[in-house]
Amino acid sequence: MATETQQRNDAKPVLSVNGLWAGYGGRPVLEGVDFEVDRGDMVGIIGPNGSGKSTLIKTILGLVKPMRGGVSITGRSGALERHLVGYTPQTELVDWDFPVTVADVALMGRYARRGLFHRTTKADRDAADAALERVKMLDLRDRLIGELSGGQRRRVLLARAMAHDPELLLLDEPMAGLDATAQHQLLDLLDELRRDGATVVLSTHDLSCVSQRCDKAACLNRRLIAFGRPSEVLTEQVLGDTFGTHLLMVHLDGQAYAYQHHTHAGGPGTRPAMPKLKK
Amino acid sequence: MIDAFTEPWQFAFMQRALLAASFAAVVCSVVGVFVVLRGMAFMGDAVAHSSLAGMSVAYFFGGSVFWGAFAWAVPASLAITFISRRANLRLDTAIGIIFASGFAVGIILMSQVSNYTADLFGLLFGNVLGVSWGEVILVGLVAGGVLVSIIALYKELLFTAYDATMSAASGIPVRFIQYLLPLLVSVTTVASLKAVGIVLVLALLVTPAATAALLARRIPGIMAYSVVTGLVATVAGLYLSFHADLPTGPSIVIVATGLFLAALLFSPSKGLVWQVWRTVPLPSEGPAA
Repeated sequence: MATETQQRNDAKPVLSVNGLWAGYGGRPVLEGVDFEVDRGDMVGIIGPNGSGKSTLIKTILGLVKPMRGGVSITGRSGALERHLVGYTPQTELVDWDFPVTVADVALMGRYARRGLFHRTTKADRDAADAALERVKMLDLRDRLIGELSGGQRRRVLLARAMAHDPELLLLDEPMAGLDATAQHQLLDLLDELRRDGATVVLSTHDLSCVSQRCDKAACLNRRLIAFGRPSEVLTEQVLGDTFGTHLLMVHLDGQAYAYQHHTHAGGPGTRPAMPKLKK
Repeated sequence: MIDAFTEPWQFAFMQRALLAASFAAVVCSVVGVFVVLRGMAFMGDAVAHSSLAGMSVAYFFGGSVFWGAFAWAVPASLAITFISRRANLRLDTAIGIIFASGFAVGIILMSQVSNYTADLFGLLFGNVLGVSWGEVILVGLVAGGVLVSIIALYKELLFTAYDATMSAASGIPVRFIQYLLPLLVSVTTVASLKAVGIVLVLALLVTPAATAALLARRIPGIMAYSVVTGLVATVAGLYLSFHADLPTGPSIVIVATGLFLAALLFSPSKGLVWQVWRTVPLPSEGPAA
């Protein structure tokens, strides 16, 4: 990724979302979303369920057509240049019993650059192995995906996303289901990839991950409530507007802590996510 | 002893049966791998049952039963896919509608034919011993066509089966593939009707692939084992049918099921027997502390 990306135009934002309205069946979910992501940045999209995080990701991928406005990747239309985006789905959407190996999954990442009827080449297999090397999964290349741990599963999906040398890594809830150690390993890996020129956009329910590790936070609730540096954006006001009643604010020793009411997949409950917040 | 092996093949009808059933077994075993992976077993079953309508229309008017089945099965599979995608119905609901309606039309038409029971029996359970050379060639051509499609679109079929969203994001024509796979299943089913009949075609579609999934790790290996299982079941089933004077389709299915059970118990990596064997005994509990 490094050598190729350096030749590309660094001045243009890697991703720009312009006045985007998008939704399903003629009803907008996203209402006029606007933001830009610079090369090498990591942007965390936060928002409650139903806030349009998935719709935004699908629109960037070209799976949902914008109703108004649009998305461009390094200045080119996202829908036309799909191989510019490397995408990892939520792990629960992946069939982990499917009888394929780590190497098979990484190789699928190369299909984005191939047309129908194309055979995979040695160059494809080398690129897939190189992607596995970067996520430190090469020694597990012949393992079946069902035999992997949660963190390893994430890394295989990441290798698949990187195998076709994308401009942008788009990760849908990459932290979900990982323990603290695996989360930090994944974030360290993403930092490493960014040093080599990767740009990352991820959606998450983990406010502390965004506040501690992301360059920018995008607070989404159908509209873009706020976008900018986490230290400036993650205020009580913004989080209140983003999460509404889903977020519980706790004041302790003059600091505000945000507890996100977590009703995703695992059922109702609260999960501490403790960024220090600006007053 | 040797005679028992060579004797069946002295008869032209057994040679034709072997060829037709083998073609059907190979294509079913390959398509069956996708069927098992995607949980599409009842798609094949529904197409087979609903094609009774097409067969009986053809039978009623004296046309080719094969083309009758074909003409009904192709739109039926497309309708199932369309209904489940567009009407927001679950796939099994769409399958239920198409399955029962086609079967009902078929039974009504067949009931108007004089030797109703005997003819219906042939359609339901197949009659591979009565297959003609023309039908053998037809089954071979259809099976070949399906196999060529699968080889040509192997990575698209595989990727879409594994992860449709990512495939679509990669620019693979996922909608086309999602209609194509059921279509291939339905064509495969029709090609196999003569060999095993409407009721048992499901076994040919699922059992070899399920057996193979117990024996191999990756998809290419699973396909290879599936084809071998399908062919062994076909040949052994024909012997069983010939020597024990049993109906052919059910004989093939019984052998295939036996192979599946053997794999379930004795597969080197996944066999239940070895799992019991390898169970580590827990240390015996000491006196209560």
